[in-house]
Amino acid sequence: MPFALSADRERELNEILTRYPTKMAATIPALHLLQDQEGWISEEMMIWLAHRLDVSPAHIKGVVTFYTLFNQKPAGKHQVWVCRTLPCALRGAGDVITHCEKKLGIHVGDTTKDGKVTLRTAECLASCGTAPMMQVDEEYHENLTFERIDEILEKLQRD
Amino acid sequence: MIKACNHLTKLYGKPNGWSLEAYEREGGYRAARRVLTEMTREQVVDEAKKANIRGRGGAGFPMGVKWSFMPKQSTKPAYLAVNADESEPGTHKDRTIMEENPHSAIEGCIIACYGIGAHTAYVYVRDELHLSKARLWGAIKEARAKGYLGKNPFGKDYAIDIVVHTGGGTYICGEETALLNSLEGRRGEPRLKPPFPAQTGAFGCPTTVNNLETVAIVPTAFEMGGEKFSQLSALHDIKDGGCRLFGVNGHVKKPQIVELAVGVTLRELIYEIGGGVTGDRALLGIIPGGSSTPPLLPDETLHAPDEKSPMHKFHGKNVLDVPLGVDTMRAAGTMLGTCCVTVMAEGSCPVLAMENLMQFYRHESCGQCTPCREGSAWLHRTVAKILDGEGSMEELDQLHDIANNIMGNTICAFGEGTAMPALGFLKKYRKDFEKYVRGERTRRDASLVVT
Repeated sequence: MPFALSADRERELNEILTRYPTKMAATIPALHLLQDQEGWISEEMMIWLAHRLDVSPAHIKGVVTFYTLFNQKPAGKHQVWVCRTLPCALRGAGDVITHCEKKLGIHVGDTTKDGKVTLRTAECLASCGTAPMMQVDEEYHENLTFERIDEILEKLQRD
Repeated sequence: MIKACNHLTKLYGKPNGWSLEAYEREGGYRAARRVLTEMTREQVVDEAKKANIRGRGGAGFPMGVKWSFMPKQSTKPAYLAVNADESEPGTHKDRTIMEENPHSAIEGCIIACYGIGAHTAYVYVRDELHLSKARLWGAIKEARAKGYLGKNPFGKDYAIDIVVHTGGGTYICGEETALLNSLEGRRGEPRLKPPFPAQTGAFGCPTTVNNLETVAIVPTAFEMGGEKFSQLSALHDIKDGGCRLFGVNGHVKKPQIVELAVGVTLRELIYEIGGGVTGDRALLGIIPGGSSTPPLLPDETLHAPDEKSPMHKFHGKNVLDVPLGVDTMRAAGTMLGTCCVTVMAEGSCPVLAMENLMQFYRHESCGQCTPCREGSAWLHRTVAKILDGEGSMEELDQLHDIANNIMGNTICAFGEGTAMPALGFLKKYRKDFEKYVRGERTRRDASLVVT
């Protein structure tokens, strides 16, 4: 079936287009909408969006490959990002990452076999005062302890 | 000197402190109403200059002066772009404003738009900050419903609207021209300057780019009066005025964000606000304002160039006892940056710290300029090699060359932001690097964490 946006997301895209003097400016917010629906951005979706915004597919692909948050292949149902940058590292981010790897049985960058969780490291997430921290989907979890991490990950695995 | 303020933080932690009702109860939107109904655009810029607000994003450029660069007469629309990309490692302040006092940023946008002749403000928030975005959108909706935004804010025939725009997870979009490209829907690659954004910014139109905290403190400055606001600061005489958010993180007992008058010292921030160093250890080093600012050693002193320098009164003082300001930190050989201090305690390894930061810069370089793209990766690889016990003294010296060849050879300041801390770590912790080369220390003994 060819790609299409759901009706409510289509409405949202039309609203987004009213915010800017050019259609191209909607590229990044639109890509977030697409990824929100499908979980990743396929070549077909890039071409769809290029037609929708009157820009070249090359432009869309350039943007998708530039920004860290766009998945270029299917990812897990939940995204776990552990901050690894210095202020978090000074407060134990290294051990948090190792702990997550053990708990999930995967390495950073991988997805669990059941497709539920993708584990990644992030560069500074502006949470240095409450380090160590990780982001799960749209939520921040700060001042992490191993017990808290276990609770969070177990909940994701059960989901 | 610690002088606590609560202009931005008074709503922090309050139930529904982010709502319009709570904000107005504390006198919110009075300044914007007065500005739009009683002041001319020229008066707004003059008042902004008097407040001596130095940009809170890192470069410390005087905000009022930046506003005055906007063309008075233009056939094109003008824009305000607010930088809330907050991605500089060690920086965690703008997020607190967006989450806990978003209306201060909205009111600041209204005053700024009027002052620079813009009708639209784009607030560029990094995508990861979902709560911040939701709170800003919520505040915009409330302000629209009240008629503070829209066609006639406060009854004035001067349309203003605000849009929250999101990025896609890249540090470089905090660079102002990369931010503009990203806002236009492009890859976040910095642009050559000139032309400066005030001439050719967003969508080819005159644009002012201000950090979110810079904009959020504007209502306070206008409510108090620019001059009086500036005088809050101990550095008022060198045009570094008012109060701002200070952060302290890393190896301290109480990492946090506080609002203080400009004039606090590093010693006060670390030992009084931060509660002291973890485990009561000695200080290894301090990164004063984000990872792009070179580290300071605890025994360094400030050197003023001559007696005529405004820095002379701090000459010979320990860097921990100098008031934190844009110019004082420059005189100390580093930068104030974003004013969020990262503390490293003795026992943690500076070579590992540099490796961690170089990995960051390698990942975040946009790749446009060869010296930065190749240099950041080369720096990271070489430090990793030294840590693994496979580096030579020649390679250690080569790190200086690589960093020096980035300096001044790139389109944007990201290059310096990589090279300056690299050179700082190399110079100040040379002996630690040498120990790895000589095999006296190995990666296995090294740690960043202390107890």
